Amino acid sequence: MGKTLAEKIFSEHVGRDVKAGEIVLARVDIAMAQDGTGPLMINEFRELGFKEVKVPKAFLFIDHASPSPRKELSNSQKMMREFGKEMGVKVFDAGDGISHQILAEKYVKPGDLVAGADSHTCTAGGLGAFGTGMGSTDVAIIFGLGQNWFKVPETIKVVVNGKLQDGVYAKDIILEIARILGSDGATYKALEFHGSCIENMNVEDRLTISNMAVEVGAKAGLMPSDEKTREFLKKMGREEDFRELKADPDAVYETEIEIDATTLEPLVSLPHYVDNVRKVSEVEKEKIKIDQVFIGTCTNGRLQDLEIALKILEKHGKHPDVRLIVGPASRKVYMDALEKGIIKKFVELGAAVIPPGCGPCVGIHMGVLGDGERVLSTQNRNFKGRMGNPNAEIYLASPATAAATAVTGYITDPRRFI
Amino acid sequence: MIRGRVWKFGDNISTDHIAPGRYFHLRNNLEELAKHVLEDAMEDFAKKVQKGDIIVAGKNFGLGSSREHAARIIKIAGVSCIVAKSFARIFYRNAINVGLPVIELKEVDEINQGDELEIDLENGVLKNLTTGKEYRFTPIPKFLLEILKEDGIVNYLKKHGSFPKV
Repeated sequence: MGKTLAEKIFSEHVGRDVKAGEIVLARVDIAMAQDGTGPLMINEFRELGFKEVKVPKAFLFIDHASPSPRKELSNSQKMMREFGKEMGVKVFDAGDGISHQILAEKYVKPGDLVAGADSHTCTAGGLGAFGTGMGSTDVAIIFGLGQNWFKVPETIKVVVNGKLQDGVYAKDIILEIARILGSDGATYKALEFHGSCIENMNVEDRLTISNMAVEVGAKAGLMPSDEKTREFLKKMGREEDFRELKADPDAVYETEIEIDATTLEPLVSLPHYVDNVRKVSEVEKEKIKIDQVFIGTCTNGRLQDLEIALKILEKHGKHPDVRLIVGPASRKVYMDALEKGIIKKFVELGAAVIPPGCGPCVGIHMGVLGDGERVLSTQNRNFKGRMGNPNAEIYLASPATAAATAVTGYITDPRRFI
Repeated sequence: MIRGRVWKFGDNISTDHIAPGRYFHLRNNLEELAKHVLEDAMEDFAKKVQKGDIIVAGKNFGLGSSREHAARIIKIAGVSCIVAKSFARIFYRNAINVGLPVIELKEVDEINQGDELEIDLENGVLKNLTTGKEYRFTPIPKFLLEILKEDGIVNYLKKHGSFPKV
């Protein structure tokens, strides 16, 4: 019987053929924690008496509160740097960018098992790696033992066929998936993506979709590794990390859902849950006023996202009442955007360009909302209080919808601005 | 046997409800963070909850971030068990890892705020002492129950040196 991508990757990491439903002890290729989960991970690593880090690639990322906005966090970050020095673990620090983007640029290989103390570790699925979020203690165990127990998940096959119309993007596809499955529709399961739309999509877009797999409860969001993957790895200067990896044609899936990309419209997720999804064309009629637009994050802070948004804003200008915040996902994205003149143009347009990192998405700094304010963000999550104020509203959409909204000051369909 | 008084919550209680991002700076100070536990779902919960109390909630409890702090501060606040229709995956595993029992029960709607419950984890029996009703739930898998018995994975590994047998 054929294997799903999840079964293939786990079989390789267990050393025998494994099937969905089995609890297995698997070796991990890449493990990481960030400044929200790292200090607890380090405490538990020490509590468990580990003396060395045994996972092949281990990293710490200071990306959440970065650069640090207050002394308690500065002390936690100091502790992470000291641990990194002591154990020989590389620490990515202020200005380097978001963990998931850096892992995709520099380290993740198709077929890897990636465990991170951050729920959006599933982003690695965009490169055909099994990336999954875990708690600090689980990651501490992986740092110390190089392995942990996992349940091999059942898989939901998601087939996306056809070509997206202009103004509709990968973000709209994953919002459609959230609408269909709901916020717990894939709990304990993996998503595996198929179909002509996925095959023709570059890895940057695939990362956007995989990033939000956890928003439907999924343990991973797996893309095939194919020529598009090779292209991306080549662009990152590591083509040698490529290998083709696809599910077997006779793999067994728990369920299957199908999406027709050709009829998909721009979508927006309304407060306070990601699966509260509606068409932008409908919501636009309600003229929902937006105070702040944020373009960035591990979901949509890549170069092409900035380019799409800039194209719209350059042509139509920013509404004077909208605060526009732009956050490149990594130092590389920032540098590329600088070289292409994108950052200069955003600054000229009236945007606040923030250093690479999670920015206002995590609710501690660089764009905390006031009571009753609304933000439209390209991030992945809109839970009450997520961005630092439970009395504010968060709307989620693509960079194009974000840019169109920054033009008019209310939630706006980008298709007439393309 | 677990026995306690019920605090009732709805569906989709997120890790932002449990451990709000605005208290990010308290993550290395769990006793302080616990004073804000579930603040965005029930404002005065942390002040009113008593040792041994039980949280009863709807579906998808703990969705969102991987922050293990969420499970830890519920435990620090004195909660002895969470009963929900379903749990988000990362939260469920974190709860077991920190020694906080979590059970899935379909009939949570029949349980009310303030009811007194008695829960037998090993046999999968929940008694509502207030209404007199008794429910059966799928017992926690043995593998995870072993971890709970040692009050979490850290204690388990320290004592046994390896994971429980599957």
